Amino acid sequence: MISLSWYLILSAALFCIGLFGVLARKNAVAILMGVELMLNAVNVNLVAFWRYRTPEMIAGQAFAIMVFAVAAAEVAVGLALIISIYRRRNTVVADEIDMLKL
Amino acid sequence: MTPLQIVFIITAATTLGAAVMVVSARNLVHAALWLVVSLFGVAVVFVLLNAGFLAVAQVIIYIGAIAILMIFAIMLTRRIYSESSPQVNRNWGLAAILSIALFAGLAWMLGSWSGFSTALPEMSPRADPLRELGLALVSPDFYVIPFEVASVLLLAALVGAIMVAWERK
Repeated sequence: MISLSWYLILSAALFCIGLFGVLARKNAVAILMGVELMLNAVNVNLVAFWRYRTPEMIAGQAFAIMVFAVAAAEVAVGLALIISIYRRRNTVVADEIDMLKL
Repeated sequence: MTPLQIVFIITAATTLGAAVMVVSARNLVHAALWLVVSLFGVAVVFVLLNAGFLAVAQVIIYIGAIAILMIFAIMLTRRIYSESSPQVNRNWGLAAILSIALFAGLAWMLGSWSGFSTALPEMSPRADPLRELGLALVSPDFYVIPFEVASVLLLAALVGAIMVAWERK
């Protein structure tokens, strides 16, 4: 029998790997990939808690759908920003994107 | 060990291994392909959790749209991924320590929680999660407002993405 703990450990590990990607990668697209991994870990947690704690209520799945929508919006705007910056500065390295710094 | 446990362990190992490759691969196109593998593993986890609709949505939205969009962005911003310079910044050691510390903290916190090893409750045979989900998303008593706000957010993101990426002549 798979108990809730297996899913929680899986999603905690996935979240931490994504966090490492966000903090350590240089390329802005790779940082967005790390954010995707973190959002997926959150979704696994939501659905696991729904299935194990409140299977008669549908809240966990409904929230996971909202996370899907927010992730799609985040990626669309994020990649548009990256492409726009690449056109102006010819770089996608997060350290070199410092136009807001005086 | 039951077959379901073996399936779960294989899926989890694939997902986590692919995720490690996503954050460590030097070639960004390879990282995006590993991201597809990892997202597919999460879809299999959704199937194991009786959330079939979410598994299908995961494959369509994440793999079909988001991962492909990532690959497009990588191709449009060439030059950077073919560089032989390291793909991680100076603080990667600190980031690794922070990630491992967060994982240890989460595992410790979850381990001390009484509901940590909840056994799988039986679903009532009459329950139909897909039907309940569909009704809940459009019912005024449940989530119709968040659902509509999410659709407005998607529309705003669509317009915003076009505006930001527009090339003014």
